[in-house]
Amino acid sequence: MKKILVAALLVAVAVSMVGAQGTVRVLLANHPYAEVLKTLVPEFEKTYGIKVNVESYDENQLSSKLMTEFATRMSTVDVFMTRPLQEGKLMYLNGWYENLSPYLKDSKKTPKDFDFADFAQSAVGASTYAKNQYAIPLVTEWEVLYYRTDLFAAAGLKPPTTLAELEAAAKKLTDPSKEQYGIVSRGQRGANVTQFSSYLYAFGGDFLKDGKAVFNTPAALEAFKYYGRILKNYGPPGVTGMSWAQGLALFQAGKVAMWTDASVFLGQARDPSKSVVADKVGVAAFPAGPKANKPYFVTSWAMAIAKQSRNKETAYKFLTWATSKEVLKKAMVDKGLTVARNSPWADPAVLALFDKQLAATATATIPLATGYDRPLMTAVGEARDAIGEVIVAAIESGGTADLTAQANAAVKKVNELLDAAGELGK
Amino acid sequence: MLDGKFLDRHAKVLFPLPAVLFTLALMVFPVLYTLWVSFTNWNLASGLPPRFVWFKSYATVFAEPRFWGAFVRTLYFTGIAVAAETVLGVVWALVLNREFVGKRTIKAMMLLPLVATPVAIGIAWTLFYEPTIGIANWALKLFGLQGSRWIADPDFVLPALAIIDVWQWTPLIALITLAGLAGLSQEPYESARVDGANGWQIFWHITLPMVAPAVLTAVLLRSIDALKTFDIIYSTTQGGPGFASETLNIYSYNLSFNYFRLGQAAASLVFLFALVLSFSALVARLRRRLGL
Repeated sequence: MKKILVAALLVAVAVSMVGAQGTVRVLLANHPYAEVLKTLVPEFEKTYGIKVNVESYDENQLSSKLMTEFATRMSTVDVFMTRPLQEGKLMYLNGWYENLSPYLKDSKKTPKDFDFADFAQSAVGASTYAKNQYAIPLVTEWEVLYYRTDLFAAAGLKPPTTLAELEAAAKKLTDPSKEQYGIVSRGQRGANVTQFSSYLYAFGGDFLKDGKAVFNTPAALEAFKYYGRILKNYGPPGVTGMSWAQGLALFQAGKVAMWTDASVFLGQARDPSKSVVADKVGVAAFPAGPKANKPYFVTSWAMAIAKQSRNKETAYKFLTWATSKEVLKKAMVDKGLTVARNSPWADPAVLALFDKQLAATATATIPLATGYDRPLMTAVGEARDAIGEVIVAAIESGGTADLTAQANAAVKKVNELLDAAGELGK
Repeated sequence: MLDGKFLDRHAKVLFPLPAVLFTLALMVFPVLYTLWVSFTNWNLASGLPPRFVWFKSYATVFAEPRFWGAFVRTLYFTGIAVAAETVLGVVWALVLNREFVGKRTIKAMMLLPLVATPVAIGIAWTLFYEPTIGIANWALKLFGLQGSRWIADPDFVLPALAIIDVWQWTPLIALITLAGLAGLSQEPYESARVDGANGWQIFWHITLPMVAPAVLTAVLLRSIDALKTFDIIYSTTQGGPGFASETLNIYSYNLSFNYFRLGQAAASLVFLFALVLSFSALVARLRRRLGL
């Protein structure tokens, strides 16, 4: 009897050890891609015999969680979603990303049909440091204009192609007595910077030039004022507290006629279970500005392996599966996501299921696009807060205040941050 | 070795040992560790290991206008929230101190805000306060009043957040005061009534002085908590609009988790810790001075 018990115990220990080796801890963001991935995980577990523990967080919490785990060197994270433009430099600098190049070059580790060359070159470049690859790009995003087809038709308007037309349409479609507002876009400090960026570029401004902050030029100030003016005058009350979630909620509730934000939200705007205007949503390319037409087009999310992971081989198996042609194709078909691989875009079957309007905005945006939607620097979080404060001030005053002093102060702050990281003038 | 004799001989050390270890590991260590970090220049954005720099992190933090803005807002928020909670809580306790039908149900319901999850409270109130689709403005319009921007208004965001705090924590003050009232001796009341004192005189000269120790304890507990408020603010405004509701705790959170300036975040937190500690000491002295 005793022998049997001991034997059973040994078997149990052996099984649990195998189990431990075949487990990956995956941290995801609350993003449509993650929703697709989560439905496919059981399939992966069955095929590969690997247990996947998934956790999902809001994007800022995800960053904080990862940084805390990595900085304390107590991390058990194996694979994680990461924002190359937001935290890529910081992660690379601290050595928290596993270098993926040796794996990608190893034909034994990388599945034959993975085809790394299939990823869009610009997207790959967002996570390349010193000629090595540190993350696999997932999805791209660009700024678009969501609009209400019914309100535009009733007012005899066409979707605006310039910012002047946008302002006129916003004015015409605002009626506070009916709680109907012309436009909404992000106003919350920090979060607002990325969606403001396309406006900034349209007025001929930029965040950095030659490693120095330049968003206090007359062109940039014009952009701040324009953004503040339209959101204060034709936006819903309380824009300065709004990120994408609040903008989306108001749009879904039918309270706003236009909404400028990232291209990934079309599925949610048209989801009949969440939106009362699901069948009245149009999407158009971001309008041209007085000086330029170059909205952002970025690799918003990528996936990486933690340097501190103790099961990198297993982690790499998961990573190559999660970024495989099949999975990314499914993300594109199911959620209308624009993935960083080229092959789904060449697949007529996929394109037939993809929204024509959204595809048209991509085609219109890609040739002119700016490859970043925030200043590219290590301390980007703090820089976003500094710039975001100027945007908040612009909205509070409706674009009428003289923002020179505030913009200058923010420029000084960002330059200090660049200097502290040794990036000033580079 | 672990026979009965050993246990007997060392019982006075062994029995408190778990409690001592627990206190050391979970209370003393984090405080000392934070103190140590505050003397370093630890900054994740630099990619360099932390270096001991004495008071340099403190100097950097104290030179930031944002820090002092957060300091003033912390005091302002605590002041208005705790003042309103104290007045309302004591009045509520006096009402509940009589017998009436449904008293037990009301007392049970008072506990609800206290046990609710702070983040859920934050999310619910964010929806209430939404200027266009929230019920706060809907209710105002019902009474013919003009809608407010609530937490989206930089000039009103702190009072609006204090309202959430008041909603959640007034019951605590009421319950503690009620416990104090229940323990009061009836004799002074009888003599006062014999001497012809009116209701207000009885309250002002008898009830209030007698229940003051309980109220003061409640105020102390609430103030310590309010100075450190994080959850409600973070889950509603994250310190916004702009920095209009950024308190010391939120500022320190931003410093560490958004800007990765860990040394400076620790310095700011040590300051907050000292603030809370000196406030508690002050109240303790006040109690002694008043002979409560």
